[in-house]
Amino acid sequence: MPSPFEYAPAPESRAIVDLKPSYGLFIDGQFVEGHGTPFKTISPATEEVLSEIAEADQADIDAAVKAARRAYDRVWSRMPGRERAKYLYRIARIIQERSRELAVLESLDNGKPIKESRDVDVPTVAAHFFYYAGWADKLEYAGHGADPQPLGVAAQVIPWNFPLLMLAWKIAPALACGNTVVLKPAETTPLTALLFVEICQQADLPPGVVNIVTGAGATGQALVGHPGVDKVAFTGSTEVGKAIARSVAGTSKRVTLELGGKAANIVFDDAPIDQAVEGIVDGIFFNQGHVCCAGSRLLVQESVVEDVLERLKARMSTLRMGDPLDKNTDIGAINSGEQLKRIRELSEVGDAEGAERWEVACDLPTKGFWFPPTLFTGVSQAHRIAREEIFGPVLSVLTFRTPAEALEKANNTPYGLSAGVWTDKGSLILKMASSLRAGVVWANTFNKFDPTSPFGGYKESGYGREGGRHGLEAYLRTPHESAR
Amino acid sequence: MSSTPTILEDVTGSEASLRRFLHGLPGVDQVGAEARAAGLATRSIKTTAKAYALDLAIRMVDLTTLEGQDTPGKVRALSAKAMRPDPSDPTCPATAAVCVYPDMVGIAKEALGTSGVHVAAVATAFPSGRAALDIKLADTRDAVEAGADEIDMVIDRGAFLAGRYQHVYDEIVAVREACRRPDGEDAHLKVIFETGELQTYDNVRRASWLAMMAGAHFIKTSTGKVQPAATLPVTLVMLQAVRDYRALTGQMVGVKPAGGIRTAKDAIKYLVMVNEVAGEEWLDPAWFRFGASTLLNDLLMQRTKMTTGRYSGPDYFTLD
Repeated sequence: MPSPFEYAPAPESRAIVDLKPSYGLFIDGQFVEGHGTPFKTISPATEEVLSEIAEADQADIDAAVKAARRAYDRVWSRMPGRERAKYLYRIARIIQERSRELAVLESLDNGKPIKESRDVDVPTVAAHFFYYAGWADKLEYAGHGADPQPLGVAAQVIPWNFPLLMLAWKIAPALACGNTVVLKPAETTPLTALLFVEICQQADLPPGVVNIVTGAGATGQALVGHPGVDKVAFTGSTEVGKAIARSVAGTSKRVTLELGGKAANIVFDDAPIDQAVEGIVDGIFFNQGHVCCAGSRLLVQESVVEDVLERLKARMSTLRMGDPLDKNTDIGAINSGEQLKRIRELSEVGDAEGAERWEVACDLPTKGFWFPPTLFTGVSQAHRIAREEIFGPVLSVLTFRTPAEALEKANNTPYGLSAGVWTDKGSLILKMASSLRAGVVWANTFNKFDPTSPFGGYKESGYGREGGRHGLEAYLRTPHESAR
Repeated sequence: MSSTPTILEDVTGSEASLRRFLHGLPGVDQVGAEARAAGLATRSIKTTAKAYALDLAIRMVDLTTLEGQDTPGKVRALSAKAMRPDPSDPTCPATAAVCVYPDMVGIAKEALGTSGVHVAAVATAFPSGRAALDIKLADTRDAVEAGADEIDMVIDRGAFLAGRYQHVYDEIVAVREACRRPDGEDAHLKVIFETGELQTYDNVRRASWLAMMAGAHFIKTSTGKVQPAATLPVTLVMLQAVRDYRALTGQMVGVKPAGGIRTAKDAIKYLVMVNEVAGEEWLDPAWFRFGASTLLNDLLMQRTKMTTGRYSGPDYFTLD
């Protein structure tokens, strides 16, 4: 029976976005043609072709790295920090001014709900630039030596789950520290990076400081393998991360990797249950579960598991799935057909391993890539869906009896990016936080991001930190290195 | 005689068991509850959904005047407004009730006649509740005898904050009995917590359960005389309580935020919360009310805008 209070469609207008039929590469302050094979970027919600994107080949990468080197040598590394800060502040302000445009474009290209791009992604992007702008003239006070120096040219490769936010996490600290960058956005979500360079132009950023090369895996490989880069920063899968680590081994390139995760979200029996349920939903269904730090393993104390699951299912049933541009949409589209295939495959493995699948009953749109919010109960540590990153809206529910068992299970993973703890007991929060082997531990909340807070992994979730004062270290030559 | 459901009889047997139960309810995380309320408030309610919500909100208004300066004339005018909020538009629904002090019940009753608009009376030494029990009960009986359909009582916040839950419980039970009319029907009892004085969400959750177990038909946030009055997160916690209470006992209890809700936009945020937290069954004046006075005119102005496509000025809507 339809609810009497059926929310009418409330679509955000696309008119604010000026989509071009094709985009080139952004090298040395201008758009140039690529020499690879152009590819199309589509809206994952409708499979509509949005634009044609140039592919950078080896020669294009070469040109981009050279432009970055020139800008580094002649302009950016010599510029006083307070002058670099002015550009970053300007970029941050323009991002705020053009926030609606960026949010609509991000939702179009990525499939995430406008609610999230508008209220989370874009504001956090602006905040990140503001934050690192503030550091640019204070680097000597950051605890990384008395006169920290930039590294040079940074090669940055980012994923498709938070296209603009990951760009900000990479570019803002790099520029604040005096480096120049060549960045490759993911092949399924290049559009906001290409709009970002318009903002750089608007801010009069000197040519060559930011260069964008588009393409798929091969382009990324060529970029990180280029002998002219001093620093490689990658966010993406553990598999590709390992390949990058191997390829730069033996070179003088500095590397930071932010890779996969299989975070435990731990709910104790004294938790504020209603808020814990919200946190579970935020943890795994935020951004369709395309979050490296997603709380994809729910560990619930056995004494409250029935109550928690009943409330969780009821809450999941109120999630609104559909048009990413509708302001009331909670769950958008899966980013690509390829990712959808992986989510389906791993979910089928869950069925085959004997876990019980429950999903929200809803009509999926006929076009585009969709997967309903899903949970698996009866999951044990031995199941693949409890060990492998699904990177989709699929939650594996496990139980525990004591805090020690919760800790043991939470840490029993090759990953270690994030974790969540839900309890009313402060001492238990502190104990868990100090014993969980994860880069971020959220207490009575989940998936909260702030530019002042360092983010990064343990174990196979990568190394290096992004955000906060710690994030500067990835882009500065430390005294130890300078002495070498 | 109490109307506590059998399943909860053990709980209300003694001060100790009542305390154990109320303190055993899951805690409310303040940050999380406020974030959830703020998240729901971003829903965008347009066109047909907005038209539905505006009419529903009008039907849920307890049009209120609770002033020392209230006169029969003022109450008659308010009653006329409640029956025909928009005299120029016969399709505009009436409000749920008018809410007055007990001495004005007879006037309101007479003015409202057979219109179906209820008379709600605040009682039990409203708004402070600082009086002896028999005075509170006499206050209640007085209003019921004068014909009040609904009684809005206040709890003894002092006793609640001192941890004397049994005292608060017994008072609600006694007032509920005083709501009995000679014909055997009960005037509907709304129990006001004055959440601005209880302050914490944990207290709001405990007060909600306490009142529901004692037989409240409605739980209500505030008197309107203390700031802050109704807020979205407080109402969220109360909606979760009535949802959970029904899951446990099968009985539905209504919710009434009161005080400080002045715009149609705010009212719609509350309705979204009712819809998504308690469930669509509560989208009915029998189960959700707004205690308000100025809200009605903003609802009417938005309603006119929906039908004509133009905003008109406040001069086109009657003061009361």
